[in-house]
Amino acid sequence: MATLQLRNLRKSYLAHEVIKGVDLEVADREFVVFVGPSGCGKSTLLRMIAGLEEITSGDLLIDGQRVNEVGPADRGLAMVFQSYALYPHMTVRDNMGFALRMAGVPKPERARKVAEAARILQLEPYLDRRPKELSGGQRQRVAIGRAIVRNPRIFLFDEPLSNLDAALRGQMRIELARLHEDLQATMIYVTHDQVEAMTLADKIVVLQAGRVEQVGSPLELYHHPANLFVAGFIGSPRMNLLEARVLGADGAGVMLEAAGARLTVPAGGASRPGAAVTLGIRPEALRPDPAGAFAGEVRLVERLGGLTLLHVTLVGGEAVVVQIEGSDPTPAHAPVRLGVEGAACHVFDAEGQALPALGRHPLAA
Amino acid sequence: MRSSRRQMLLATVLGWGAALLLFFPIFWMVLTSFKSEIAAIATPPQFLFAPTLESYAEVQERADYLHFALNSVLISVGGTLLALAFAIPAAYAMAFHPTARTRSTLLWMLSTKMLPPVGVLVPIYLLFRSLGILDTRSGLVVIYALMNLPIVVWMLFTFFKEVPGEILEAGRMDGARTGSEFWHLLLPLSVPGIASTALLSLILCWNEAFWSLNLTTSEAAPLTTFIASFSSPQGLFFAKLSAASTIAVAPILVFGWLSQRQLVRGLTFGAVK
Amino acid sequence: MSFTTLDQGAEVTAAPPGARRRSAFPLLAPSVSVLLLWMIVPLAMTLWFSFQRYNLLNPEVSGFAGLENYEFLVTDPDFWASLTNTLILVGSVLVITVGFGTLLAVLFDQPFPGQGVARVLAISPFFVMPTVSALVWKNLMMHPIYGVLGSLARAVGMEPVDWFAEYPLLAVIVIVAWQWLPFALLILLTAVQSLDHEQKEAARMDGAGPVAQFVFITLPHLGRAISVVVMIETIFLLTVFAEIFVTTSGGPGNATTNLAFLIYARALLQFDVGGGSAGGVVAILLANVVAFFLVRSIARRLEV
Ligand SMILES: Nc1ncnc2c1ncn2[C@@H]1O[C@H](COP(=O)(O)OP(=O)(O)O)[C@@H](O)[C@H]1O
Ligand SMILES: [Mg+2]
Repeated sequence: MATLQLRNLRKSYLAHEVIKGVDLEVADREFVVFVGPSGCGKSTLLRMIAGLEEITSGDLLIDGQRVNEVGPADRGLAMVFQSYALYPHMTVRDNMGFALRMAGVPKPERARKVAEAARILQLEPYLDRRPKELSGGQRQRVAIGRAIVRNPRIFLFDEPLSNLDAALRGQMRIELARLHEDLQATMIYVTHDQVEAMTLADKIVVLQAGRVEQVGSPLELYHHPANLFVAGFIGSPRMNLLEARVLGADGAGVMLEAAGARLTVPAGGASRPGAAVTLGIRPEALRPDPAGAFAGEVRLVERLGGLTLLHVTLVGGEAVVVQIEGSDPTPAHAPVRLGVEGAACHVFDAEGQALPALGRHPLAA
Repeated sequence: MRSSRRQMLLATVLGWGAALLLFFPIFWMVLTSFKSEIAAIATPPQFLFAPTLESYAEVQERADYLHFALNSVLISVGGTLLALAFAIPAAYAMAFHPTARTRSTLLWMLSTKMLPPVGVLVPIYLLFRSLGILDTRSGLVVIYALMNLPIVVWMLFTFFKEVPGEILEAGRMDGARTGSEFWHLLLPLSVPGIASTALLSLILCWNEAFWSLNLTTSEAAPLTTFIASFSSPQGLFFAKLSAASTIAVAPILVFGWLSQRQLVRGLTFGAVK
Repeated sequence: MSFTTLDQGAEVTAAPPGARRRSAFPLLAPSVSVLLLWMIVPLAMTLWFSFQRYNLLNPEVSGFAGLENYEFLVTDPDFWASLTNTLILVGSVLVITVGFGTLLAVLFDQPFPGQGVARVLAISPFFVMPTVSALVWKNLMMHPIYGVLGSLARAVGMEPVDWFAEYPLLAVIVIVAWQWLPFALLILLTAVQSLDHEQKEAARMDGAGPVAQFVFITLPHLGRAISVVVMIETIFLLTVFAEIFVTTSGGPGNATTNLAFLIYARALLQFDVGGGSAGGVVAILLANVVAFFLVRSIARRLEV
């Protein structure tokens, strides 16, 4: 059992507040990912949980116990650092066994635990090497092994894959997912990489400027972003955002006018006719359609093989991106009409908050 | 292609020219030390001659070289160790437990190094006299340690700062307290830095010639004083002067050659990477 | 690191990563207290003596002297000469070592056969103790009859120069500069070598010749290193003593007496502790003025 609770957690450097009141529940065995733009406070929040950074105010509870004043080694957590932070003067074996040695674990038991971790991570051939004799991926595994050996209540990761090349990153991502399943441990993972967040997380926490913007499952965040920030941050290519005007509302949703087109989006909430709102459309929700509501011209075509991205300028001058499965024949500079399902659209009010959707996506209940 | 070859030729000529020019006085000193006194003052100067060790023998006879050399070694090593003993904890504290005053403390330490020794020569001399430690090795050890302390602290501070913070944080997550963090992580990681600091301190101590000239006469006198006693003779004693000089600088020169790479790291005070 | 970190320390008053709240003052205290003692005690004594009549040879002469020692000092032409000599010595050696040091650093940055050995030879003077280098230069190099320079002059048909009689201060400057040039070379070479090669290549693509590369790329890059050289050398050059002690003993006349040697002569040759101490106070003041400007300008330079 390892649960974690953050209650109105705050952190200030002098007068400068960088974590501005975070509330969060992490359930046992949950894989929680913190995402957000650089400098939003992800690392700071993780380090506060680790005990490396003092908590200015608020409560941090592990398994229901307040641990604000408990030292980093005594919280029962393990952390994997972005730089790996391996001890350069120790062998892989000593690196992994260091925490046990500090805890006074007898040698035979230490050796057994290190061997076990080395087996899980396929590090057995390298136990007597030093970190500088290892490849990036191997170092990464040693850093993870150092955490595993301690059998921590919670694993903390701070952008652990960001120093690896793309291929290795993909491979390690899968290994981490497997590890989470094998160890059945609670994990908190910081990244700015959406793919890592979407694929690994049970629960994603989107942070911006020290505040939580939204907490939810990956698909919940994708299909029901709570606000413009999350809508823009999750998803690649980004969601298209168009200025729109409310024409009216009824039981079927709100009627809007945007970029010279009219459509009805099944969303509720109070919206006066004439109000300025933002219409959000995911690139894959748009499709070329001779009867489509939007008219424009293709400016640029990116053909990725499995996908085609059309960069279209609408008649009003708005730029949108259209993502089409497979290889689409539409040439550049061709006039085009784009269609969209109202149900696939999002509406955000003037404050950037999403109007509640009338129906939920089946996978994001 | 052609211009780069010409460039290389130019660099070779200029580089070697400068090196030989700078080294020439040392070379000439060593050469002269193997000459007889007559050959030493021959004009024009002789490059070819029958080498002899007689000057070395005479120098040893006139002044007990080993006595001075031993003093130099003991005082330099003692001063360096004492300075390190004080400086390592201080640099550790400032590098890893910095406070708002750390920066000004460091600058203040360096500024004590600006205090000219002559400014305080008189009181130190009188203090030493009344304490009865004039012309003792321990007196000089204390002075050398104090003299080098600011630079040693500064260098160690910069080396400690280079230790990646995340490694020490990992150690803390792994349960290393201050003591074990120091012994198991910090010290092994900064051995090269401590070594180059010690090297520079040794060289500065070995070559120090203000306090040694003023505070020692014979008993505790290091090689700098030994050499100063050869300052009066003229002309006819060139070979002996050279022999004495050669044996006074040879140990530290060889030491410096062997350790120059580590030394450079320390000398730049972390300001140059 | 180093200077840079220090400067950040001013703004980031909160502890940087890896810092713990608990004060480590007990570890710092020994160093701070011995340095404080080392500074305060002799300083106070020097100040005290400078207002006393105190002659080691003449115990009867004693008591409060008021400003007498200072009066005597500032009306003494030797004092002003020593002040000038000190400044000339420090200034010239700095100019010579930084100037030639930079040129040699760029030179030794070029690959050429035997470069490693040549570099070791070039930095050797740094390891030679001041007493030895002074004696070797005075006798083996600059002696008008038996010295190498004299022989060279005669070989080209010139009259040999009696350096220590005709240009004594210049002779001392040459010796001191010879000792400190390797130090400047070492540091500046490290700095030159740390220069990003792509930067120079980019400059070459932009049409910069070797001279333009040196002026616009290398020289600005050396700013920090030059600051370090100037700071460290000044610390040592203000107190040059042994070179003068074994070559000229401050003469002829007062031609090579710097402040350090003047105080030494007053206090330990003429046994005038009061007068020597007054000189000491002036030396400390001078060092402080220099230190003030130096530390300030360097702290600024190093704020990168
Ligand atoms: N020691 C510190 N002193 C002052 N500000 C800091 C310190 N550490 C981090 N910050 C600030 O806190 C904010 C959050 O930083 P961080 O948690 O590292 O961001 P992220 O990991 O999301 O990129 C940043 O604006 C950063 O400038
Ligand atoms: Mg971060």
